[in-house]
Amino acid sequence: MLNPDSVGRTFEGAELATVSQSEINAFCAVLSESNTTVAPPTFSIRITLEQFQEILSSPEIGLDWSRVVHGDQRFEIKRPIVAGDVLKCSSTIESFKVSSGNEIVSVRSDLHANSELVVSTWSTLVVRA
Amino acid sequence: MIEVGSKLDEKLFFIDRAMLKAYADASGDQNPIHQNEEFAVSVGLPNVISHGMLTMALVGKYVSDWAGGAATVKEFSARFVKPVIVPADQKVDLTVTGVVSAVVDDHITIQLSATSAGVVVLEKSEAVVIK
Repeated sequence: MLNPDSVGRTFEGAELATVSQSEINAFCAVLSESNTTVAPPTFSIRITLEQFQEILSSPEIGLDWSRVVHGDQRFEIKRPIVAGDVLKCSSTIESFKVSSGNEIVSVRSDLHANSELVVSTWSTLVVRA
Repeated sequence: MIEVGSKLDEKLFFIDRAMLKAYADASGDQNPIHQNEEFAVSVGLPNVISHGMLTMALVGKYVSDWAGGAATVKEFSARFVKPVIVPADQKVDLTVTGVVSAVVDDHITIQLSATSAGVVVLEKSEAVVIK
């Protein structure tokens, strides 16, 4: 079970994510998107999900990643991600509750390029009972 | 003219196992429930299921195509209510429709609907685009 003390805490991603054109191309190819000059609207999940997994499954938080399903997802996109962006991800655990034995955790992540906010995302993850 | 109630043309996408593999590689989400049937069944799923975020990405493509490109999308949300089930050697549909629910200057809000095999897979899906 998730450590309730972690609610409200913000975790800074340990590493900066540098976006390559080939990553954008691969994401676009799945969607048959021919314009690869900007990343598709949901591309940032590639960066944030990896960081959630690392943060939330760490021993101090204690979430069982193997039972996680995605409940909902929201993006606020200030500008599209482009190749060459160097992004820092900070994630805040906004809420946690247990419902019918399922653990429900909401996480906000902000991606910044230097001081510029590029994308904010909100994800609800459900740890199945 | 775009106004509240304007409907976007329906579009069908097709999802198969090859697309799930490509999306797993492109997104970094290598959860075996999206690729390995034996594993998916062992955790209580009916079969391999699509990544919810792949479903959402395809709906994002639908919105971007309508609005004039990915750079037009300012907000995008969805709730994953049912999985898209992807049996081996089949292409399953993702059928997407949209309707304009608000127009404020150049900001257009669209309510989106997505079904697969007749089952609603996303709820409360909404996008705000600049057009």
